[in-house]
Amino acid sequence: MTDKARPVFVARRTYRQRRMADAARLLPVLGAGLFLVPLLWRSDGASVGEGDAVAASGAGTVEVMLYLFLVWIFLAAAAGLISYRLPAPQDETRRDGQG
Amino acid sequence: MATLNIMVLVALAYVTLLFAVAFAADRAAARGRARWLRSPLVYTLSLSIYCTAWTYYGAVGFAARSGLEYVTIYLGPTLVVIGWWWTLRKMVRVGRSQRITSIADLISSRFGKSNALAVFVTLVALLGTTPYIALQLQSLTLSVVAFAEADPTREVAVNRQSTAFWVAAGMALFAILFGTRNLDANERHHGIVMAIALEAVVKLVALLAVGIFVVWGLSGGVSETLARIDRSAIAEFEVPGSRWVGLTLLSAAAFLCLPRMFQVMVVENEDERHLRTAAWAFPAYMMLMSLFVVPIAVVGLDLSPEGANPDLFVLTLPLMGGQEGLAILSFLGGFSSATSMVIVAAIAVSTMVSNHVVMPVWLWLTGGSAVMSGDVRLVAMRARRISIAITLFLGYLYFRLSGGGAALASIGLISFVGVAQFLPPLIGGLFWRGANRKGALAGLSVGFALWLYCLFLPSFGPSFLMPVSVLEQGAFGLSWLRPQALFGPAVLDPVIHAFLWSISLNTLIFIVVSIFSFPQPVERLQGAQFVNVFDHSGTTGGWTGGLAQSEDLLIMTQRIMGAQEAQALFAAAAREQGIGGYLPEPTPDFLVTLERALAGSVGAATAHAMISQIVGGASVSVQDLMAVADETAQIMEYSSQLEAKTQEQERTARQLRQVNEKLTQISLQKDAFLSQISHELRTPMTSIRAFSEILRDTGELTAEEESKYASIIHDEAIRLTRLLDDLLDLSVLENAQIVLNPEHGQLGGLIDRALMGAGLSEASIRVRRRPEDEAISLYTDLDRLAQVFINVMSNARKYCDAPNPELRIRVLREADHVAVDFIDNGSGIPAGEQGTIFEKFARVSETRAGGAGLGLAICREIMARLGGSITYVPGQEGAAFRVLAPMALPGQATAAQ
Repeated sequence: MTDKARPVFVARRTYRQRRMADAARLLPVLGAGLFLVPLLWRSDGASVGEGDAVAASGAGTVEVMLYLFLVWIFLAAAAGLISYRLPAPQDETRRDGQG
Repeated sequence: MATLNIMVLVALAYVTLLFAVAFAADRAAARGRARWLRSPLVYTLSLSIYCTAWTYYGAVGFAARSGLEYVTIYLGPTLVVIGWWWTLRKMVRVGRSQRITSIADLISSRFGKSNALAVFVTLVALLGTTPYIALQLQSLTLSVVAFAEADPTREVAVNRQSTAFWVAAGMALFAILFGTRNLDANERHHGIVMAIALEAVVKLVALLAVGIFVVWGLSGGVSETLARIDRSAIAEFEVPGSRWVGLTLLSAAAFLCLPRMFQVMVVENEDERHLRTAAWAFPAYMMLMSLFVVPIAVVGLDLSPEGANPDLFVLTLPLMGGQEGLAILSFLGGFSSATSMVIVAAIAVSTMVSNHVVMPVWLWLTGGSAVMSGDVRLVAMRARRISIAITLFLGYLYFRLSGGGAALASIGLISFVGVAQFLPPLIGGLFWRGANRKGALAGLSVGFALWLYCLFLPSFGPSFLMPVSVLEQGAFGLSWLRPQALFGPAVLDPVIHAFLWSISLNTLIFIVVSIFSFPQPVERLQGAQFVNVFDHSGTTGGWTGGLAQSEDLLIMTQRIMGAQEAQALFAAAAREQGIGGYLPEPTPDFLVTLERALAGSVGAATAHAMISQIVGGASVSVQDLMAVADETAQIMEYSSQLEAKTQEQERTARQLRQVNEKLTQISLQKDAFLSQISHELRTPMTSIRAFSEILRDTGELTAEEESKYASIIHDEAIRLTRLLDDLLDLSVLENAQIVLNPEHGQLGGLIDRALMGAGLSEASIRVRRRPEDEAISLYTDLDRLAQVFINVMSNARKYCDAPNPELRIRVLREADHVAVDFIDNGSGIPAGEQGTIFEKFARVSETRAGGAGLGLAICREIMARLGGSITYVPGQEGAAFRVLAPMALPGQATAAQ
C-alpha cells in the first residue's frame, strides 16, 4: 500500500535484519516440510496392502523418532539464532506509543 | 509402607508451597521490586500450560495405542511458536495496544466491538473448556486410585467423587484468590504466572526422571531400549497421512485459539521481546516433554500385566519398580499439569463470562445506564469470582455425569476442534481488512453447528444425546447427512473428518459472506487498526465529544475503576489539556483513552456501550474514514482539516464563553459585594453612632441601660473588626506577606481541634471519620491548616441541606502529600458555580445568609502558601472538598531536621 514511499536501497544492517525476518517467516514452512518427510518413508499400505510388504519396506518407529527429534532440535536452535538477530520488537512499541 | 498417606502429605505440602510462591510473587510485584518475575524464562514456562494432564499421562497411552502419532500434538505448536514472526507477534501487539482481555474480546473488538460475537465465542469456549476440566479431574482421580491400589495397607477404597470434588474446590479457591485481585484483566497475575512456571519445571523434571528411570533403570540403556521398541507392537511407523497432517494442523490451530493459551500468551505477556526467547525455548521444552514417551510406553506394555491402563504407565512403572519417591514425583508432575491448566482456563473463561455475558445483562437490568446505580466494580469482580466457581463446578458435574468413561478420554481432541473454530475469524481478522462481522458470525455458526453435529454429540456414545438412527443413516434418513461421513463414504476417522469439514466450511462461509456484505464504519476502523498494527500510530478515534458530560463520565469511571484511579486518570487528562481540577474537556482523544482504560476492566464491547450511553452514540469522523479508505483525495483531506479546525474553534469558543461568563459573574459579585460591604459596614456604624449619641446626649441613664448600650456598641465594633480582619487577612495572603509558623503535629489532633473550633456538634451534623487513617504526622503551619479545616467544616454545617446532615472525613495518603476529603450528603454545588466558589466574594446562593463570601478564597490562598491546594471534587454524594497538604512544608523540610 505504501511501497512507493520506501527507499530501494537500505543500510547494510537494516538489510540484514529484513533478511532475518524473511528467515523467521520461512522457518515454520521448512519445519512443516521436514515434519512431513516421514510420510514418504511409509510402506504404502493403501495400494500394496497390509501384508509382508509392510515389514520389508516400512520405516520403523525408532528411525522416525530419531529423525523427528533431530529435526526438532535443529528447529529450536535455528529459531533461537534467528530470533536474536531480528530487530527488537520493543523499539517499535515505543515508537508506536509516542506516534 | 504407607505410600498413599505419604503421597497425600506430599501433595498437601506442594499445594502449600504453590500458595506461598503465588503469594510471595504477588507481594514482590506489588512492591515493584521483582524484575525476575518478568523474565522471558517465566513467560516461556507459563506457556507450558499447553501440556495438561491429558498430555502428561495421555501421551504415553496414545503412544502405546498408535505409536508416534502422539507427537503431532506437540509438532503443531512447535511450528506456531517458531513462526512467531507471522502470528504471535501480531496477536501480542494487538492485544497490548487494544487492551484485549480474552480471545472473545479480541474477536469482538476486531469486528466492530460486537457483543453478539463475544457472547458466541464465550459460549463455545465454555462448552469446549468444561469437558477439558472434567478430563483433568479424571486424570487426577485415576492417579490417586492407582496409588491406592499399589498400597497394600489401605483400608478404605478411595472415593473418586469426593477426591475430584475437593481438588476442584481447592483449584477454585486458588484461582479466585490470585486471579481476581484486580479488576483490570490487563494487569498481570504475577502470583499465578509464577506458580505455573514452578509447576512447569516440576512436570518436566518429573517426566524426565521417570524416563531416565525407565531407560536406564528398567530397560538397561539406550540401545537396549531401542531394540525393545523394535520388538514391540508399535515398531512400525503406520500413522495414516491424513491423521499425521490433520492432527498437526489441529493442534497448531488449538494452540492459537485455546482461551487459556490466549490468556498466558497475550494477556499475561509482559514484554514482546519475551517471544524471542519463547521461540526456541518452548519448542525445546516440548521436545523434552515428548522425548521419553515412546520408551515409557513400550517398557510399560512389556512389563505391565495384561489390561493395564497405558494412560497411567508414567505412574505405575515407578510403583512396580518399587521407586516410591519417583512415583510421588511423577504424581506431582501430573498434579501440576492438571492444576495449572484448570486454574488458567477457569480465569480465562470467567473473564469472558463476566465481561461479555454478566456485565451486559447487568447493565441492561439496571435500566441501561451506567451512571444511575450501583458499584460496577464490585459487580464485575463478583461476577468473575462466581464464574470461576461455576466453571469448575460444571467441570466436576461433567466428570460425575459422564462417569469418567472412555467418552472422556477422547474429549481432548474434541475440545480442540471446538475452539479451532475461532481460527478463521482470528487469522482473517488479523490479516484481512475485508473480514467483517457478518462473515465472522456466519462462519462461526456453521463451524460450531458442524462441530456439535459431527463430533460433540456423537462423542457421548450412540443414543445418549444423538439417536442411533441419525448416527447410522443420517438426519431425516438422508445418508449424506451421516454425522461421521458427511457428503460421502466414511474414509477418515471422526475427529479429522469433523475438523476438516467444520473448519473448511467455516472459512469458506466467512470469506464469502465477508466479500458480499458491507461492514459498519467501526468495523472498518478496527480492521485497519488490527491489520496495520505495526504501521498505525494507534488512535481509534470514533468519538466526537462535546456533548458528553465530563462529570457523568467521571461518575461512571469511578464506579468501574474505583475513585482514586478514576480521579487520577481524569486529573492527568485535565492537566494535559492545561485545565485544572478533575474535569477535562471531553475531546475525542480523551474519550478514546478513557474507552481503552475501561476496556481493560470490562472488555471492549461493554466499554464502548457504556461510553456511547453518555456521549450519545459513536460517530466516526471524516479523518478516521480517511484512514480506512486509504484514499488520497485532496478534497476529503481538506474538508477533514476544516472539520477538525471547526471543532477546535468550537471548543475554543466554548472555553472563551466559559471564561467570559466567569468574568461577568465575578464583576457582578464584586458589585454585589461592594454594596454588601457598605451595607455591612454601615449597619454597625449606624448603631454605634446612634447609641454613642444617646450615651453622650442623654443625661439620666440607669447604670443598667448604660452598660446595655455600651455592650451593643462593643459587639458592633467587634463585628466590624472581624470583617476588616478577614479583608486584611486576604490581602496579606494574596500579597504573600504572611510569615508561616511551622510546627510538628498529628493530623488526627488537628482535625479534632478544627471540629471543636467549627462548633460541630452531634446535634447539628453527624461526623464520620476513620481515626486509623489519620495517624499521620505533619510539619506545617498547623494554625493556618486548622483555619482551612474549620472553614470547610462550618460550610458543611451551614449549607448541607440533607434531612440528616452527615460529614465524612476521608484521609488518603499519597507519596509526600496527604489528601483530606470533606464530603457531606447534601445536594452539592451546582455545576455552574463550581468554577467560582473559590473566588472572592462568591457565595453559593444569594438567598442563603452567610458571611461575606471570603472564607473559601482565604482557604485557597492559605493552601497555596502551604504548598498544597484545595479543590472541589465533583461527582461525590454531596459537596466534596479535597484539601491536599504536603506532609512537610516545602523549602523548610531540611531546616526542620
